[in-house]
Amino acid sequence: MRNTSATKLLFELSKPGRRAVRLPACDVPRRPCAEGVPPGMLADAPPPLPEVAEPDLVRHFTNLSTLNMSVDTHFYPLGSCTMKYNPKRNERLAALSGLADLHPYQPEDTLQGLLQLLFELQQMLGEISGLPAVSLQPAAGAHGELTALMVAAAHFRDAGQRRTKVLAPDSAHGTNPASARMAGFETVTVRSTAGGVVDLDDLRAKLDDNLAVFMITNPNTLGLFDGQVGQIAEWVHARGGLIYLDGANMNAILGIARPGDFGADMMHFNPHKTFSGPHGGGGPGAGPVCVTEKLGAYLPAPVVAYDGRRYRLDTDRPKSIGRVRSFFGSAGVLIRAYCYIRTYGPEGLRAVSENAVLNANYLLSRVKDFLPVPQGDRCMHEFVASAAALKKAKGLTAMDLAKRLLDEGYHAPTVYFPLTVPEAMMIEPTETESKETLDAFAAALFRLTQETPGALHDAPHTTPVSRPDEVQAARKPVLQWNAG
Amino acid sequence: MLQAIGVGSIDALFAAIPGEFRLSRPLDLPPALTELDLTRHMTALAGRNAHAGQKVCFLGGGSYDHFVPAVVDAIASRGEFYTSYTPYQAEVSQGNLQAMFEYQTLICRLTGMDVSNASLYDGGTAAVEGVLMAMSVTRRESKVVVAAGVHPEYREILQTYLAGLKTECVTVGAGQGTTDLEALAAAVDEGAACVLIQHPNFLGCLEDVAAAARIAHDAGALLVQAFDPISLGLLKRPAELGADIAVAEGQSLGTPMLFGGPYLGIMACREQYVRRLPGRIAGQTTDRRGQPCWVLTLQTREQHIRRDKATSNICTNQGLIALRAAIYLSALGPQGLRETAELCLQKARYAAAQITAGDRFELAFDRPAFKEFAVRSRAGGVSQLLAEAGEAGYLAGLPLGRWYPELSDCFLVAVTEKRTRQEIDALARCLAGGQSPQATEKT
Repeated sequence: MRNTSATKLLFELSKPGRRAVRLPACDVPRRPCAEGVPPGMLADAPPPLPEVAEPDLVRHFTNLSTLNMSVDTHFYPLGSCTMKYNPKRNERLAALSGLADLHPYQPEDTLQGLLQLLFELQQMLGEISGLPAVSLQPAAGAHGELTALMVAAAHFRDAGQRRTKVLAPDSAHGTNPASARMAGFETVTVRSTAGGVVDLDDLRAKLDDNLAVFMITNPNTLGLFDGQVGQIAEWVHARGGLIYLDGANMNAILGIARPGDFGADMMHFNPHKTFSGPHGGGGPGAGPVCVTEKLGAYLPAPVVAYDGRRYRLDTDRPKSIGRVRSFFGSAGVLIRAYCYIRTYGPEGLRAVSENAVLNANYLLSRVKDFLPVPQGDRCMHEFVASAAALKKAKGLTAMDLAKRLLDEGYHAPTVYFPLTVPEAMMIEPTETESKETLDAFAAALFRLTQETPGALHDAPHTTPVSRPDEVQAARKPVLQWNAG
Repeated sequence: MLQAIGVGSIDALFAAIPGEFRLSRPLDLPPALTELDLTRHMTALAGRNAHAGQKVCFLGGGSYDHFVPAVVDAIASRGEFYTSYTPYQAEVSQGNLQAMFEYQTLICRLTGMDVSNASLYDGGTAAVEGVLMAMSVTRRESKVVVAAGVHPEYREILQTYLAGLKTECVTVGAGQGTTDLEALAAAVDEGAACVLIQHPNFLGCLEDVAAAARIAHDAGALLVQAFDPISLGLLKRPAELGADIAVAEGQSLGTPMLFGGPYLGIMACREQYVRRLPGRIAGQTTDRRGQPCWVLTLQTREQHIRRDKATSNICTNQGLIALRAAIYLSALGPQGLRETAELCLQKARYAAAQITAGDRFELAFDRPAFKEFAVRSRAGGVSQLLAEAGEAGYLAGLPLGRWYPELSDCFLVAVTEKRTRQEIDALARCLAGGQSPQATEKT
């Protein structure tokens, strides 16, 4: 059934003279393009782009799309990524011409509807996080992290302090230390206990007056809520440091606990995770940042302000770190987040988290007997199973199981992360999956653990390609198509 | 389900959260809306904005009202594309990976560069990442040189990123509309990592990138060029002009204006710098059956492996917007891109002539331009003028005084292929003060 001629590379499909789009004739008097342009600036020919007709273009990309797994087609329990269903209504509403066809430099009086929406979103994120000052500007989660760390740096500069140390647990996302370095800090790693939470002794040993920020993911990447967070915040604050919360896992605690209430000074949201923005094959996302009232002065400008009559973009923020992105930010992603929050309301958002945690615990209960979960019987929105015992007993790895799951029609969990669990398989079902789906997934996973290792090592068998040679890809990089 | 888990209530699942941190009240949010109610609400909000279908858009400054062919929306709205994620599992992501590889190839062909990443957030952060990359390549951390014709917001982002580092950012003026090359040569020394220049620049003028590249290279610095993708239908490509790193805002390539985002950061460079390039990259390889296929590659540059030693903290690309750009560029092809660029150029020249035909306006700069130009109002009053044009149905231009105080009597007009002669004539009449509201019939 596969149409392999349609999925040849665009450049192989190209035939001189074909095209999909025709432009109108020039309706103003034409002058030679070269007129007035210094010689040497004009190209001799346009860039060598492919030449394809519209039907061939559509068939090419449509067939390519069928080579993807997606939330619309498959269960996608990719831990830490919150691959929940993306409601279709949000797509339609974000595409309304009155929202999509707006220029970022339009006068504010022609933008009152959108500015109202964005202002309300700022308010709603402030309420959900318990951190009332909000910037919608960052373009992604990692960008939000970086922004918050820059806010922290500005706060310490303003206080006349030179603090250089950022602490992050060993289970943290890799973006945490990378963002810290870009903001001019040095990261020191704090160990986790065998139980998967912050090792308080190790933390205490690393606390000093050079501490700028403690970065914590809570619930953490093991799917555990670290109940010590109150104690941690007390210690960090006593040293004059700030707590940054990586909001990647907010899907577990909406309306149940607020980072601002458990000690965080700053956090980011991933609207593309928590608030159902589609992941787009790897973006676009957004990374709104929420901070305490006190730190609000340092947030990027502009923010949306409202005087009871009119909405406007407030750029007069003298202590602001400045811009981190052009224009307002990813408005299109933020509109979807707004639609999502308005769809659920306070009770509904709480139910989202309750069901996400219920689903994760249920799935955990279904798999733990054949795939151990080292950090215990309970989790929040996700859990991390380990294939270490299977590897020892049968030579099966987390990667083998992940690849064989693809044959069964399931996207693989996140594997080999967090780094603190051997043969890690991080599973996040989200609240939008039915019990039937979870049961079927658990049954499939069980079957696979019973298979002979040989069948798994060669998996997947039914996918368009199997086990690409990543070493070759990195050793001899082929990063663009060249004929011959 | 609770029984299988072994708890009596959902509440028990949250036992790990200490009681003192549990929210004891409902969130203070507006009540839930059904789809119908939400649609009504959103339609009302959208109705309180004046969109580009209602006002004729001559606004530019990095975001443009270009035409988006239906084929772009049709393909990009397939759930298999937009509800998938970063292609970690290559076997079930060949659609996205091949599209990324095709995007990279298209960007290489567009720019003449050897390597493109799979995209960054937007043009502004791409420009900044280009500068940071140049610092890493040259191992020069003390100074970067930036032309004043680079988008002011891109320069602001750069300032923000450099605030935590010990890097001096020297700005070279563009008093006559283009970079003062003598001042540039004086600013670039052996300590400078790069020159960042935009061509066509923010003021609409064409820059002598080749000369700037020579200045940079003579001092061992790199040349980072911010370009307009549509302009490459006519103008020489960054690689031909001597750029080492090319960056751009890719919104023009098939993405609506969306009040500024999500957009597309394009970034390409010369082969020898590939291991310093930030962001995701797709590469070709073969699978165990020997079939050609694609994977994410060179991941040792990235933060999930290298953590604080990574080339950047960026861990996604703008997958769906890059896909849109790939569809757009393939739909246009070389001739379509050339015709689009030429329509922009011809109409911008025509508009400049029409607007400056009377005594009221003159061109701010006597420099060749592409699709944007700065107009000086001899009698000043720019904000009043633009407000009146707004009443008459035109997003007529962008006041420049906000970023360039010396240009407070100037505004920037952008003309894309979408603008008709009728619209341009009407705008010119309106600005000249002779136009009654809504007199233009839009087609």
